Amino acid sequence: MEKFIKHTGSGVPLRRSNVDTDQIIPAVYLKRVTRNGFEDGLFSAWRSDPEFVLNKEEFKSGTVLVAGPEFGTGSSREHAVWALQNYGFKAVISSRFADIFRGNSLKGGLLTVILPQEAVEALWVAIESNPATAITVDLETRTVTYNDVTVAFELDDYTRWRLMEGLDDIGLTLKHTDSIDAFEAKRPSYKPKTLPIRV
Amino acid sequence: MGKTLAEKIWEDHIVRSAAGEPDLLYIDLQLIHEVTSAQAFDGLRLAGRQVRRPDLTIATEDHNTPTIDILKPIADPVSKLQIDTLRNNAKEFGIRIHSLGDADQGVVHVVGPQLGITQPGMTIVCGDSHTSTHGAFGAIAFGIGTSEVEHVLATQTLPSSRPKTMAINVEGTLKTGVTAKDIILAIIAQIGTGGGQGYIIEYRGSAIRELSMEGRMTVCNMSIEAGARAGLIAPDQKTFDYIKGKPHAPEDFAAAQSYWETLFTDADAKFDVEITLNADELEPFVTWGTNPGQGLPLNASVPNPAEIKDSEERGAAERALQYMGLEAGTPLKKIAIDTVFLGSCTNGRIEDLRAAASVLEGKKIAPKLRMLVVPGSERVRQQAMKEGLDKVFIDAGAEWRNAGCSMCLGMNPDQLAVGERSASTSNRNFEGRQGKGGRTHLVSPLVAAATAIRGTLSSPADL
Ligand code: SF4
Repeated sequence: MEKFIKHTGSGVPLRRSNVDTDQIIPAVYLKRVTRNGFEDGLFSAWRSDPEFVLNKEEFKSGTVLVAGPEFGTGSSREHAVWALQNYGFKAVISSRFADIFRGNSLKGGLLTVILPQEAVEALWVAIESNPATAITVDLETRTVTYNDVTVAFELDDYTRWRLMEGLDDIGLTLKHTDSIDAFEAKRPSYKPKTLPIRV
Repeated sequence: MGKTLAEKIWEDHIVRSAAGEPDLLYIDLQLIHEVTSAQAFDGLRLAGRQVRRPDLTIATEDHNTPTIDILKPIADPVSKLQIDTLRNNAKEFGIRIHSLGDADQGVVHVVGPQLGITQPGMTIVCGDSHTSTHGAFGAIAFGIGTSEVEHVLATQTLPSSRPKTMAINVEGTLKTGVTAKDIILAIIAQIGTGGGQGYIIEYRGSAIRELSMEGRMTVCNMSIEAGARAGLIAPDQKTFDYIKGKPHAPEDFAAAQSYWETLFTDADAKFDVEITLNADELEPFVTWGTNPGQGLPLNASVPNPAEIKDSEERGAAERALQYMGLEAGTPLKKIAIDTVFLGSCTNGRIEDLRAAASVLEGKKIAPKLRMLVVPGSERVRQQAMKEGLDKVFIDAGAEWRNAGCSMCLGMNPDQLAVGERSASTSNRNFEGRQGKGGRTHLVSPLVAAATAIRGTLSSPADL
């Protein structure tokens, strides 16, 4: 995973709440067996509308998505994170994210930043009045900065450290194989197994 | 102080905990399907890793499988690629798989319980958000993303931060015609699609105890629609009886049961949040909008967004009505339906099929309406045919299909056309969920059947 320390880019204002993962990437686009190439499915239903924000010239190069509350509800599909990343987004800002989507994003290195709704509104206004507004998301200081505004956000130390180091979760867990072995040795024998098959 | 059920199960599965880090949780069972696993197996292969516990893993094909002509080669080349990829991965990594045509193929959350491998006190994950279904047995069961699927395959554990606990007490007695589906739709309408965010919900109270195991699965299934990480119900005699005799019921049943009997929330435990609902007052519930929280009793009318105070919600309601092609003030019962879908992991089990068949028996569905009946699993299909339910559906004019997710997510050819309106027993009414431009109203199996007969949203009492 790529390290995330700090990112500066322009924003894309998505003034919608409850953007579920079926909107981020509809099921018909989930058929690939790789992790790339999902950008064509991103917000596909809305992208047929020329007025949709991603179709506007001034927002085409945005890398920071600024969305309404309850972003990423619904299906657990990690393809939603891949689609956003494949398209070029590095960070998503919202006042509330659905749990599974947030987990997926932070595991995959797409930084999801929670800001108060007033801060999101102010950011929307700033981007809409000047689409070139540079937004910096800084994990070191845990802040979002644009123009002369700086807003702090929270992220637990562990996740922050993992993102800044670009560490793979599986590798980290495998360091504790001894604890897993010890746990398994004590598991009760009545716990079900899928193999051998019983009928 | 005592512990809640969720806390007990959580603590029983901690492999390692360290200050400032998420708990490393042992996972008792992982369910796999074709859509969210390919990239996980690929990751293992690239890193030269093995599946740690193939004997705690099981795969089936459901999300993207056809529900007709299942023994012919799959027509859609991409679907075929996904299915072939899953089959090859299962073979390479030694994982049990139930493929199309197999007696145990079906929607992953129907398959686990019917095999008896879903049991109380377990931690269960799957790359599918409706994994919460298994919580009906008193298990912590939750949906995960593909990277986490890979993590569990490689380590049989998952780093997870401990959710908060919420109790939803449903007290009282349901009226005739009011079902588990109506309970959960009413809960979501009350607490909202984000109301459960960060919580494990425990459903409690007399109305929950009264539900059958299948009804409890319907309730837990839609916990995710309330934003919750998981939902569960304390196991009781009904739970034990349901598992007994299933292929993977514990051999030492007594030992297992004596553990299961410790799985309840202690009298002096405290939940972070408690909510109470009166079951006596519940009515059949339907959704009118494009998120599962936008629901109302069937006797109500389409709401007027202008009367909604919260500006976010007002905007969402306006957009929903526009997408759904509905006028504020229209009685819900006047809404004409083109397609009825009976199936999914929410309502595709045998009791759901029986309930719908009891309404349709000897009747015909409305002219021009199509009704798809898609059993949740091949076993459910076989059982329904043994009981003659297939004939009831076919005689009524419905299509009787093979098992799978089908129109619940519209990934295979079972989709709504642009502007087509469905009454669906599934769990999501998002824009385009059942096909681009399709409009979905979530309903119970009883409402689905009555709606199929009358052609407008209806309950059996309207017949
Ligand atoms: S039936 Fe629907 S909700 Fe259930 S697993 Fe399949 S797609 Fe997901």
